[in-house]
Amino acid sequence: MKTTRPRSLRLRGFTTILLFLLPALVLFFGLVVAPILLAFYASVFKWNGMRGLPTDFIGLANFTRVLADEVFLGDLWRGLLLIILSVAIQLPLSLGIAMLLNQKIRGRAFFRLLFFAPYVLSEAITAVLFMMILSPTDGLANYILGWFGVDQLDWFADPSTVMMSVFIVMTWKYFGFHMILYIAGRQGIPRELTEAAQIDGATGWKTFRYVTLPLLGPTIRISVFLSVIGAIQLFDLVWIITGGGPSHSSETMAVTMFQFGFKRFQVGYASAISVVMFFISLVFALFYQRYVMRRDLEGASTVLRDQR
Amino acid sequence: MSAKRHKQSPTSGGPLRSLSLHAIVVITALFVGIPLLYGVLGGFKTTRQLSSNPLGLPDPWVPENYTSVLASASFWRMLWNSTYIAVLTTLVVVAVSAMAAFVFARFAFRGREALFTMFAAGLMFPFAVAILPLFVLLRMFGLLDNPLGVILPQAAFGMPMTIIILRGFFRAIPGEIEEAAILDGCSSFGFFWRILLPMARPAIATVSVLAVVNSWNQFMLPLVVFSDDSLFTIPLGVQQFQGQYATDIARVMAYIVVAMLPALGFYAVAERQLVSGLTAGAVKG
Repeated sequence: MKTTRPRSLRLRGFTTILLFLLPALVLFFGLVVAPILLAFYASVFKWNGMRGLPTDFIGLANFTRVLADEVFLGDLWRGLLLIILSVAIQLPLSLGIAMLLNQKIRGRAFFRLLFFAPYVLSEAITAVLFMMILSPTDGLANYILGWFGVDQLDWFADPSTVMMSVFIVMTWKYFGFHMILYIAGRQGIPRELTEAAQIDGATGWKTFRYVTLPLLGPTIRISVFLSVIGAIQLFDLVWIITGGGPSHSSETMAVTMFQFGFKRFQVGYASAISVVMFFISLVFALFYQRYVMRRDLEGASTVLRDQR
Repeated sequence: MSAKRHKQSPTSGGPLRSLSLHAIVVITALFVGIPLLYGVLGGFKTTRQLSSNPLGLPDPWVPENYTSVLASASFWRMLWNSTYIAVLTTLVVVAVSAMAAFVFARFAFRGREALFTMFAAGLMFPFAVAILPLFVLLRMFGLLDNPLGVILPQAAFGMPMTIIILRGFFRAIPGEIEEAAILDGCSSFGFFWRILLPMARPAIATVSVLAVVNSWNQFMLPLVVFSDDSLFTIPLGVQQFQGQYATDIARVMAYIVVAMLPALGFYAVAERQLVSGLTAGAVKG
């Protein structure tokens, strides 16, 4: 299918354009752009956020404080850890399952539905469900581990296991989403290509390695992108389950920002954290799109077309 | 996603291989399914039963946890709040984005691409970055403890993805149709309202489903906007209930299982639109 660009662009008229764009512009500038600018503004003040606008200008002091703050540096490390775990464990799992579910396997439709179901549940529900499953005393997980003679784990209460526990919950909730992306990507690959490889004598694994995997490149790169952005922003799950504890060991950037902004009323400092988060996301997104996703426009539209 | 077209050739390799592949899928299904099943069954137990017998069937079955959730007025009020907010958010974001996408898809004017890129860049702004100043702004406008304080920001942050998807769809509608409509004396608005929107119904359905799901699951924004718990949405209610009955875990379980039902029911009905929206959106983003 070829996307035909509309040949006639005879619809014109400044007023018409303005009328159609106005609501979008108002909403977007008022509630997306303005808050981000306001975060930049507030970040150079000492401000408890109480009313009006800040007055106590302190220059870049908030930023030097952020970059020296051990909790914040820990946030960066924990964010990186989640990114690494996601890319090394969660995404390969999603990919593997997606490939299996592209085969003729009994109950395929059921498995797809089941694996994707957690994605539609809110983080709040997921969080509470896993608080009970991973409860140290009467949780299900420790009960099952007991069969294998494994000692009770403290999951969310022990600083050495809390990030692993958070990662398990994230995997439960999000791997189905990535699986769906891979399934869609896989279906965008013409059958002739994999068939040709098989006729040439490639085994299942070789077909996957040399034909399917490279052709899935665009989908994989997008899924990595979403996964990283997701890890940078992680808030709901952690906030509900641990609030960042014990002793900051599960805190993320967003949780730290929220703590300072809404609990300790150091709004200027919290704004500086927001700004740093903004730059981290921006730099990552620009870098990634410039160097990693650049060649993907072609392949990406293949996936899109298949959905129509 | 048509299953017919994509039948794969059966796995090469013997029955042993296919058995081990099945095993992987089944183990994953247990990983996903057991927590859900644990919740559903747990809701039928007493808390005592739940700690002495976490995995087995309830003995005896205790429906009281479920009936008490279903009988509580606060649960139904939150269900109503969530529904109301999701529907209004969806109406706002789809209406506003469809109009903008129409301009970006079918009009030629200077600065169009720059403006479009600006909207698209909104995809990269994490919501968490904006939450604090958003709170300050909403307080200035007097929108705290007001459903609009959740609806409008959700719509604003939903716009980038919605505009991108709709623009692609509007572009694919052939220019001849537009020419014919204009020749027949259709105004721009008439073309948009009477021809483009009806033709784009599948895309509208897709972006609407995405908007409903995003709004339904939103936690951070309602958390800061609502302090009056008569305005709480389901995710806030879940957290509140968990705090209130932390020791009565069977009761909490029944609560979250009931809270899951609307989302799962919606998923069952709108699965196709949801999946196509997510894959299209992810790819375009």
